[in-house]
Amino acid sequence: MSVAARLRLARGAFTLDLELVVTVGRTLALLGPNGAGKSTALGMLAGMIDLDSGSIVVGGRVLDDDSTHVETEHRRVGVMFQDYLLFPHLSVLENVAFGARSTGVPRAAARGAALEWLDRLGIADLASSRPPQLSGGQAQRVALGRALASDPKLLLLDEPLAALDVEIREEVRAELGRHIREWGGPTILVTHLFDDVVALADDVVVIERGRVTQRATVRELVQAPATSYVSRLVASWSDD
Amino acid sequence: MQRSARRKRQGFLSPALWVPAGLALALLGLPLVALVVRAPWSQLPELLAQPSVGSALALSLATGLMSTAISLVLGIPLALVLARSAQWAAVPRRLLRALVTVPLVLPPVVGGVALLLLLGRRGLLGQFLPFQLPFTTAAVVIAQVFVAMPFLVLAVEGALRASDRRFETAAATLGASRFTIFRRITLPLVFPGVAAGALLCFCRALGEFGATITFAGSFPGVTQTLPIATYLQLQTDPDAAIALSLVLMIISAAALVSLRDRWVPGVTA
Amino acid sequence: MKRALVTLVAAGLLLAGCSAAPATQPTPEPTAEDTLTGTVNVFAAASLTETFGAIADAFTKEHPDVNIAFNFGGSSALATQIVEGAPVDVFAAASGTTMKTVTDAALTDGEPTVFVTNTLEIAVPAGNPGGVSGLADFANPDLSIAICAVEVPCGAASKTVFDGAGIVAAPDTLEQDVKAVLTKVELGEVDAGLVYKTDVLAAGDKVEGIEFSEASTAVGKYPIVQLAASTNKNAAAAFVAYVLSPAGKKILDRAAFGTP
Repeated sequence: MSVAARLRLARGAFTLDLELVVTVGRTLALLGPNGAGKSTALGMLAGMIDLDSGSIVVGGRVLDDDSTHVETEHRRVGVMFQDYLLFPHLSVLENVAFGARSTGVPRAAARGAALEWLDRLGIADLASSRPPQLSGGQAQRVALGRALASDPKLLLLDEPLAALDVEIREEVRAELGRHIREWGGPTILVTHLFDDVVALADDVVVIERGRVTQRATVRELVQAPATSYVSRLVASWSDD
Repeated sequence: MQRSARRKRQGFLSPALWVPAGLALALLGLPLVALVVRAPWSQLPELLAQPSVGSALALSLATGLMSTAISLVLGIPLALVLARSAQWAAVPRRLLRALVTVPLVLPPVVGGVALLLLLGRRGLLGQFLPFQLPFTTAAVVIAQVFVAMPFLVLAVEGALRASDRRFETAAATLGASRFTIFRRITLPLVFPGVAAGALLCFCRALGEFGATITFAGSFPGVTQTLPIATYLQLQTDPDAAIALSLVLMIISAAALVSLRDRWVPGVTA
Repeated sequence: MKRALVTLVAAGLLLAGCSAAPATQPTPEPTAEDTLTGTVNVFAAASLTETFGAIADAFTKEHPDVNIAFNFGGSSALATQIVEGAPVDVFAAASGTTMKTVTDAALTDGEPTVFVTNTLEIAVPAGNPGGVSGLADFANPDLSIAICAVEVPCGAASKTVFDGAGIVAAPDTLEQDVKAVLTKVELGEVDAGLVYKTDVLAAGDKVEGIEFSEASTAVGKYPIVQLAASTNKNAAAAFVAYVLSPAGKKILDRAAFGTP
């Protein structure tokens, strides 16, 4: 067991109570409609939102519990944000080298490691480009490289394909899946797209209105949807 | 494609707005035109060659740059506090904003008196100082910072409010400390605002008169900046005063035109 | 500062056309033959702020239908404004040179009359912390000294005084007008300043005056004149006459102005 989290939070009428377990080398999808609490859960895992109670343990290290709260910058939880949030004033190479530079790695070493990552992701030729010049697919790869280059112990993917045009999603999604499997660390995918789940995830946690409504492998989910929300997703997916 | 489309959209300007816009421009521009037309061009080299002009100009540039530098070092953090004060309770938040804005509305002479009451020989703090601050070049810089820093603070604060804070979150997930985030993300992202604010601040400091003459006094080479020299010249030799005003105008215009064009597109492109 | 504020408020009341007379002191009935009405615009040197305010008070008690509107400021700035066409009925300057700007432009109605004189006096903060005793102390570089810049009338007068006495002054600041010198003395920022007698008196307890014999070499003359472009000639003439009258002189005397 490499990641275990129990997330509890109450904000007015909304309550979130969620248990997540990710084993090494597997990708867990957090699937749910808008407003189910997916983004909140992601914020809690990344240390941006405090838990009311519960705990987060990553690779045997306690990030949150009743007496602990590790700040975002010390959690080693990598995030690939929905709109990537590449730093517009830095080159692609500097973006990817940013994590290492921030933790004290000398400039040349950080850039060398960043270039290796760009090479591995097949975008070494973009090293000196600026983020505004990139296509959506390219930006996504840079964002993935930036997150992975900081050597995270948990990778969070926040709606990784939502910012892309529908026509190119399929190709980018396949590519993303390949890179994540190559990386091999524990990954949590937050999405409302069933296609993402099928292509990228091994296990699924379905949340609706802050509660877990189904916990299954992708295959089990397709075969036995527990709620009407999942049934509709599965139905519209098999129609395609 | 996108850029030309945007430009076209900006092109929609109601003709009705041209009239007030033109009047505004005339009000701002014509007095300067008058200054240029009435300038004693033939005597200009002679007037400007006076050693007193050179020393006033050098003092103005030196103190203006110094106070802009101080305003940057102190004003940017203040702008951050101001921008983040949105989450504060209403009273301290408004109080903070009022404090920053007061020097903008206060007659500079009153600002100068206030500075004397604080830092003068018998001032609240000044009485404990081992040296006398008024009538020194340092006092000129303090008066300029008092009057000009709000321009920088408000410009940077506006840029900070408009900037996307999620970039800071992204930097934090990559392991960057708060200061690293400030230095490598927050500050570069608001650079156009900082540059514009610094320019406004410098130009305001350059033109500062009231607070300076009240707090720092006026002594050639020490505290007599170009605006003060201009004012004194106006008493006896209006032609020389116009010549000095031209110098001030040209410096400010050059700073505003050249630096803005060089800095801003480089970041927004 | 407080005094200046009071004066300002009083001037504001006058401008607004209100009677500044206290309620307990009823305004005398206007005499039947008084036909003076309207507003008289008076541009006057800043050093006349208090006295002209009082004179206007007394004048409008006799002529309640007349409103005296003041513009106090540096004499040369006022002269510039008049030459540039400001609508003025009466101009009272703090020096003959500034008045000359206006007479040279042929804007006056007759010759200006010198109505008061003013002499320089050493002003020191209450208690005289610098131990200043005479004009010679102005050469002491260890003392903090404020005088007027030579470009303005009080500075020109100061220069005459120093030159006459053979003293090389060591000022820390050359101020743009006499009130600015006075402010620095009042706040104790300087050990001594050279101002007019009237200013020392007006500053009250905060400032002490020290007379010096060399002052007689630079007596400031205050000329007053009616302007040709005046739109209210009768009232303007009456105001000028009032300033020159014994009643006006009494108010001016009280403020330590000298008789020409």
